[in-house]
Amino acid sequence: MIIELGHLALWLALAAALVQAIVPIWGTHTRSASAMRVADSAAQVQFLGVAGAFAVLTWAYVKSDFSLINVVMNSHSAKPMLYKVTGVWANHEGSMLLWVLMLALFGVLISVFGRMIPVVMRSTVLAVQAMIGIGFYLFLLLTSNPFLRAPQTPLDGQGMNPLLQDPGVAFHPPLLYLGYVGFSTAFSFAVAALITGRVDPAWARWMRPWVLIAWSGLTAGIALGSWWAYYELGWGGFWFWDPVENASFMPWLIGTALLHSAIVVEKRNALLKWTILLAILTFSLSLMGTFLVRSGILTSVHAFATDPDRGIFILGLLVVYIGGALSLFAWRGSSIGEGGVFSIWSRESGLLFNNMGLAAATGVVFVGTLYPLFLELANGAKITVGAPYFNQAFLPVFGILMFFAGIGPFLSWKRARPAVVLRKAAIGLGLSAVLTLGVGLIAGFDEPVGLFGAFIAIWLAVATLQDLATRAGLPKASPSVALRRVIGLPRSSWGLYMGHLGLAIAAAGVVAVSVWKDETIQTVQLGTPIEVGPYAFSLNEVVNDTGPNYQTSIATVTVTRDGELLRTLRPERRFYPVEGQPTTEAGIATLWHGDIYAVLGDPDGRGGFVTRYYYNPGVPWMWLGGVLMALAALISLTDRRLRVGAPTRRLRAAQPAE
Amino acid sequence: MIRLALALAVTLMTAPALHALDAVEMFDDPVEEARAREIGRALRCLVCQNESIFDSNAGLARDLRVLVRDRMSAGDSDDEVIAYVAERYGDYVLLKPRVTTQTYLLWGAPAIFLGLGGLSVLAYHRRRRQAPGEVGLSDEDRAKAQRLLQGEKS
Repeated sequence: MIIELGHLALWLALAAALVQAIVPIWGTHTRSASAMRVADSAAQVQFLGVAGAFAVLTWAYVKSDFSLINVVMNSHSAKPMLYKVTGVWANHEGSMLLWVLMLALFGVLISVFGRMIPVVMRSTVLAVQAMIGIGFYLFLLLTSNPFLRAPQTPLDGQGMNPLLQDPGVAFHPPLLYLGYVGFSTAFSFAVAALITGRVDPAWARWMRPWVLIAWSGLTAGIALGSWWAYYELGWGGFWFWDPVENASFMPWLIGTALLHSAIVVEKRNALLKWTILLAILTFSLSLMGTFLVRSGILTSVHAFATDPDRGIFILGLLVVYIGGALSLFAWRGSSIGEGGVFSIWSRESGLLFNNMGLAAATGVVFVGTLYPLFLELANGAKITVGAPYFNQAFLPVFGILMFFAGIGPFLSWKRARPAVVLRKAAIGLGLSAVLTLGVGLIAGFDEPVGLFGAFIAIWLAVATLQDLATRAGLPKASPSVALRRVIGLPRSSWGLYMGHLGLAIAAAGVVAVSVWKDETIQTVQLGTPIEVGPYAFSLNEVVNDTGPNYQTSIATVTVTRDGELLRTLRPERRFYPVEGQPTTEAGIATLWHGDIYAVLGDPDGRGGFVTRYYYNPGVPWMWLGGVLMALAALISLTDRRLRVGAPTRRLRAAQPAE
Repeated sequence: MIRLALALAVTLMTAPALHALDAVEMFDDPVEEARAREIGRALRCLVCQNESIFDSNAGLARDLRVLVRDRMSAGDSDDEVIAYVAERYGDYVLLKPRVTTQTYLLWGAPAIFLGLGGLSVLAYHRRRRQAPGEVGLSDEDRAKAQRLLQGEKS
């Protein structure tokens, strides 16, 4: 019975979405404010519907209700409770339900926290959100319904991929979807701007919080997925340029461009059309990512059922939404003005260069990801575009981008003085060169590419701190005055400095582990030490144990440096009998400069074990950088100009020149 | 969801039997072994999803690793080994596509996109310079400002 209620709630959400899509638009045509306000209540009803459906599915998983096909296929009664709950979205149907839940969540948040947005704009935005929703509700209900009953109720379920029974990956999808789906708000604001013809600084300010939330979620989601791959897949890799990874990376790159170009709209009322286009493209790439992952078009082997009907359905949605928005852009775009003027040496121009760089980086990932597909369609040739291509083609573009990210903040709005900018840059570059030399003295000079990467990361950090110091009035101001000034900086400036610093730190980590990693693979007898860089790893014992739903062999590996015990690692090899699959759990100890990392492999039958030992420098910095970037967006979100309920008059007074 | 495909690829390959790189197939000489791994990282495991034969646990990946080492023992250079494998398994096996007429666009992508980006910024500035008269506050702007102020009240 309760299952049918969940199913019904989902249909109810669809009905609410239909109302939300039609009535407000009719209201804007007839200038009826009450019809427009229907959007708010419809968004709330819609959210309650999906949330109810989601709660029912979760309940079915918690109770192990094996009358549902979806639960049978993806759960098991012996699974720990955490993974029963996260199992809800670790499958195709459930993850699509999570998708629409996020979409409805953003709708309801706009209806509640977007009260300061004029009703015409707000209701149009919500109507567009609902139009997106309708397509995905239909997709869910017609092709991917999680509430279908099994013809017979089996005694137990088939379990869940053990690789996903892990706390790290459990919360990877919700965060990722917060980003993917969150960018729908940018899309809706862009389409609403095209419909209402209103693009101005206020529009950018209304849109900004939602883009910041989405970007923060996507950043955290990507970082979490990368972290999981690092400790779970067992060879110390963290990014594979896999099509599904690229599918999440493209919206991140172009969403970063959007985040920056919207600043120009807000501060200077320029780059209006470009920002609208970016908002459309960002969500389009999110949709495309959903399509690529769901249709299995790029992946012959795939975790979720890849039914061609589903692929075609999503392709249809893609054509309607992306094609529709771009047509609207072509039709109405010319009515949008160009906005303010600025010189080539200006912050606006710097941000425009940033946008071009990010767009180019996105383009490279796009071409690399889809090239094999297009080539095969064109002439049947089968090629592979793997990590070596992306490392060679993407990293230089991104390096150039990071170089300019250091200079950007030096530029003042409208018209900067080139001499001042160049002098600052020269100081920063000089300092960075000296620091890079220091890195070379420690790590050696035999990896010039690595040193160049380190230089770029150091430069971005130095330039960011240099600009912060200037803002604080250093070196003239006294330390206490400087500290007060830094604390008094607007939260959005904090976002800038933390975000750029986070990127620099993460990039330094990526460079370090890519270039200076130490790795050994060997069969060892118990007690024999193995040298890995300055460390010596010894496998001391391997004991067997059982977990809640798996058997495991746990090894004790002691790591010494110069004869002194540094850390004890406990890598595991697990076996999940329900699913019949083994997993590896790496043993990792984190030091400030890197990870020591051990993986336990098969026994060789003569008392020895295959082991992989690593020293991975810089890896902790990658996670730190990712966290800093995600936090930076959230701190920027608390800026007083965006703060919910900040008095309107003071808001205006705070920004007199605009 | 992003890693699910990868995850399945891994589990599918690991489920029947593990063929991870082990000591038996390795060279004693660390320099040769490092070379073998470099080559292994450039070759795709044909039955996996986007994994190199070095990273993969699939049986076929192991066979290819052994083949690579055999060719190296026979005195082939890195490029010769890769060419040997590509000749037998097709270009599909190369994680780094060769530069041919088919892949000019692929390899040209970074330069093309950066060039287009740079040109469009310059074009934007040129166009804006040729459009004078927007610096002052036009009637339209004034009306817009009015709308803006009212917009924030409602």
